[in-house]
Amino acid sequence: MDIALVYLLLIGFGILVYVLLDGFSLGVGIISPLLKNAEEKGIAMKSLSHIWDSNQTWLVFGGVVLFVAFPVVYAFVLSNLYLPIILMLVALIFRGVAFEFRFKADDSQKWWDLSFALGSIIATFCQGVILGALVGDMSSQKTMDDPVDWLTSFSLLTGLALVAGYSLLGACWLVRKTEGALHNQVKQLAKRLLLAMLGFLAVVSIWMLVEQPAIAERWLVIPDSLLLIPLPMLTLFFAYKLWGLLKEDNDPGLKPLGYAMGLFMTAFGGLVAGVFPYIIPGRLTIWQAIAPDKSVYFTLVGILIFIPVIITYNIYSYRTFSGKTSMKDGY
Amino acid sequence: MLDVIASLPDSAMLSRIQFAFTVSYHIMFPTITIGLSLYLAFMEGMWLKTKNPAYLQQVKFWMKPFAITFGMGVVSGVVLSYEFGTNFSKFSEVVGPVLAPLLAYEVLTAFFLEAGFLGIMLFGWTRVSPKMHFAATCTVAVGTVCSSFWILAANSWMHTPAGYEIIDGVFHVTSWMEVIFNPSFPYRLAHMLLATFLSASLLFAGVNAYYLLKKQHLEFAKIGFSTAMIAIVILAPIQILVGDFHGLNVAHNQPVKLAAMEAVWETEKGAPLVLFAWPDEEAEENKFELSIPKAASLLITHELDGEIPGLNEVEAKDRPPVPVVFYAFRIMLGLGGLMLLLGLAGLYARKKGTLYESKPLLLFSFAMIPAGVIATLAGWYVVEVGRQPWLVQGLVRTVDVISPLPASSVAFTLALFVTVYTTLFFTYLYFMRKLILKGPMSIEETLKSLEDEQSEDDDLPATLNPAQVDVGYSQELSEHLSNTRSANKGEK
Ligand code: HDD
Ligand code: HEM
Ligand code: HEM
Repeated sequence: MDIALVYLLLIGFGILVYVLLDGFSLGVGIISPLLKNAEEKGIAMKSLSHIWDSNQTWLVFGGVVLFVAFPVVYAFVLSNLYLPIILMLVALIFRGVAFEFRFKADDSQKWWDLSFALGSIIATFCQGVILGALVGDMSSQKTMDDPVDWLTSFSLLTGLALVAGYSLLGACWLVRKTEGALHNQVKQLAKRLLLAMLGFLAVVSIWMLVEQPAIAERWLVIPDSLLLIPLPMLTLFFAYKLWGLLKEDNDPGLKPLGYAMGLFMTAFGGLVAGVFPYIIPGRLTIWQAIAPDKSVYFTLVGILIFIPVIITYNIYSYRTFSGKTSMKDGY
Repeated sequence: MLDVIASLPDSAMLSRIQFAFTVSYHIMFPTITIGLSLYLAFMEGMWLKTKNPAYLQQVKFWMKPFAITFGMGVVSGVVLSYEFGTNFSKFSEVVGPVLAPLLAYEVLTAFFLEAGFLGIMLFGWTRVSPKMHFAATCTVAVGTVCSSFWILAANSWMHTPAGYEIIDGVFHVTSWMEVIFNPSFPYRLAHMLLATFLSASLLFAGVNAYYLLKKQHLEFAKIGFSTAMIAIVILAPIQILVGDFHGLNVAHNQPVKLAAMEAVWETEKGAPLVLFAWPDEEAEENKFELSIPKAASLLITHELDGEIPGLNEVEAKDRPPVPVVFYAFRIMLGLGGLMLLLGLAGLYARKKGTLYESKPLLLFSFAMIPAGVIATLAGWYVVEVGRQPWLVQGLVRTVDVISPLPASSVAFTLALFVTVYTTLFFTYLYFMRKLILKGPMSIEETLKSLEDEQSEDDDLPATLNPAQVDVGYSQELSEHLSNTRSANKGEK
């Protein structure tokens, strides 16, 4: 198989895993200000304390695989989107240290709760903006002289959309991890977030179809459109199932998170389908950007060996801490 | 007004300052976590082997400082992995095919491993068996060493590139073995790993010395202090030896850097070892020089009349900033000497039986807490600044490969990093101080902490907590408890 395609799939896989895993982890942070008291916020944060780091490592993975396979793209994207990327990294710092310091603090707890929430919101918003700037109109950028040309109404929209989407994932995670009043509260919240996410998805999709003829052509002209039609259908199906689960009275366990992740996967699939095979939309295809063979094959060996191992021990780690979150685990 | 704007550093300079600042900040934390993770694995292994709960007490105490240091290492590290692309975009394009796969292997073999098992190590005490917990602790330690392996391979390659060819201005790899095991890599890996063990030992020794001085937690502090002092007296001489070999390697591969380290301006046979001087770059000579005749030649060529190439071998534009390299090198050497002295003083006090009482020794040890981290930073400044103006020695110039970003953007992010990092650093110190002042739990409390967690978790219905396994601390530990109690009574 074509090595450039393999890497495109790998990067897609890395980004998708990142979005699904860190998505719920960031989402918990985004909705944490809506929780009532310090204790509830504590439980929310505690439910993540053993996994936030491994989830975030997928971000490093995604970045590094892009660097391996398409160094030109890595360099172009990161330097062009300099400010939102650095802002995202700084926000992730605030969020990350909150995990360490909150549970050791006596009277500064509320500051760490704030650091957790703001860090999560800003990081997510920046990620959405980066996405919007990439699929939006990257091709029209010619120089780096304008430090804020990524800031368009479309990228602001995708920023907000991602905040809503991650919140939904976060709420579904908490549905699984909490009990009692808190459990009911996040369930209600998840319902509203689902509606918000669907709304954003619709607006973003229509916007892209209207603004970008190339994408419209792919989605609206037969035969391509026939191949793509299952994606929006699946989206609606997942949304319908999720709504049903959230309405029920009994504890739906992990299922809502599963369906919410399904929603993300179809949305992601739709996005990739619209842009392929460009890696910088409208500028450079994957075959033009691929790194020398010696580098990509050497790394591929490592990826094929280690990714299954990594997935295995991550599953082990999740299982070790499965069940409702207990404030008793500690060190 | 215009003058002021014109005199602001350009975006290339700002990017360099930002990278130097963020990477320096990052390395302080790994320096401690790598060494400390080995201590934790050692102490936990001792606990499993001897069943002496004093070792468990050590693990439980040091886990907290370890966790916050590790957290700082993670958040500052993520920034770096993106900075190559943001601030050094051309560098990423040109050298990416060599460096990126090494970084990818670091992620695959180290970062996931550390992150995956850290959760179990910190929070899994009552959820996995003691053996599994120990395995997790060891895995984290192994992960940190793997991480050093790959990142130092990448960095060493930039100093002594090998196994590559350049096609159309882009680096292509011809042999991965040569890239990874490039000439300066073994020395750098050994020297850096020793530096982290030493730094952690100094922290360990210093904190316990503090307790001994304050006459608190005496039993706890004695185990820690004694272990760390043994480590220091063994590691410090080895580090000096490895450093010497490292120096020979620099002399061979990067003579200009060596000339800057020793402030040798003119190529000379039987060059003197400059102890102190003010290297004057304009006049190309040393002011206020204090030196030992012929000693530099002896040290570096191992001959009294060996020739040392001077800075005059290359044009001024190809020389690094001499004073920075010269002084950073002396700071590292001086601190290395002090570490050796501390180790020997510990040995002497142990012989005399005053290891835990000797006030000067304890104060000395307490004062040396930051020495490891400072020596490490100084060492990196020698290495990195000494390589300038090159980014890849002799092949890629730093100024040629920096992203053409608007200076205003970089100035903004640099200011942001400085503000955020400084605030966080003081927060980190505040929490470290707090944890240390609080001190360890007593042995009884340590054992009870496991029992309590255990029994209260058992109250949860099994359906809610399917992963709950009975790890059987309760019985084992209550035995220890009664054993130690009766032992204590026996003593009295
Ligand atoms: C000798 C060791 C060493 C050196 C020279 C560096 N690091 Fe580091 N780094 C580590 C040793 C380490 C570590 C021990 O593996 C850390 C520190 C604490 C931790 O959590 O892992 C880490 C964490 C860490 C992380 C977070 C990993 C995670 O998400 O868990 C990243 C992305 C980097 N580093 C990247 C870098 C880059 C790009 C460097 C060079 C410019 C660099 N590190 C220098
Ligand atoms: C972790 C300890 C390290 C420290 C403290 C450190 C320190 C520094 C410093 C002070 C500079 C500035 C030199 C100058 O411009 O005069 C620099 C430059 C640089 N270093 Fe390192 N370094 C470290 C490790 C690494 C590693 C592991 C890599 C790569 C794999 C690396 C890559 C670079 C690059 C790309 C530059 C060029 C930017 C510049 O010139 O400022 N460094 N480093
Ligand atoms: C006293 C004897 C020592 C000698 C002779 C020595 C020698 C050296 C030399 C020659 C270098 C530069 C290598 C290069 O430019 O490529 C170096 C770098 C370094 N030194 Fe030392 N050193 C000594 C002690 C120490 C101590 C005590 C520490 C820390 C605890 C330390 C930490 C470092 C670090 C972190 C580096 C940069 C990374 C590396 O190249 O390994 N050194 N040392």
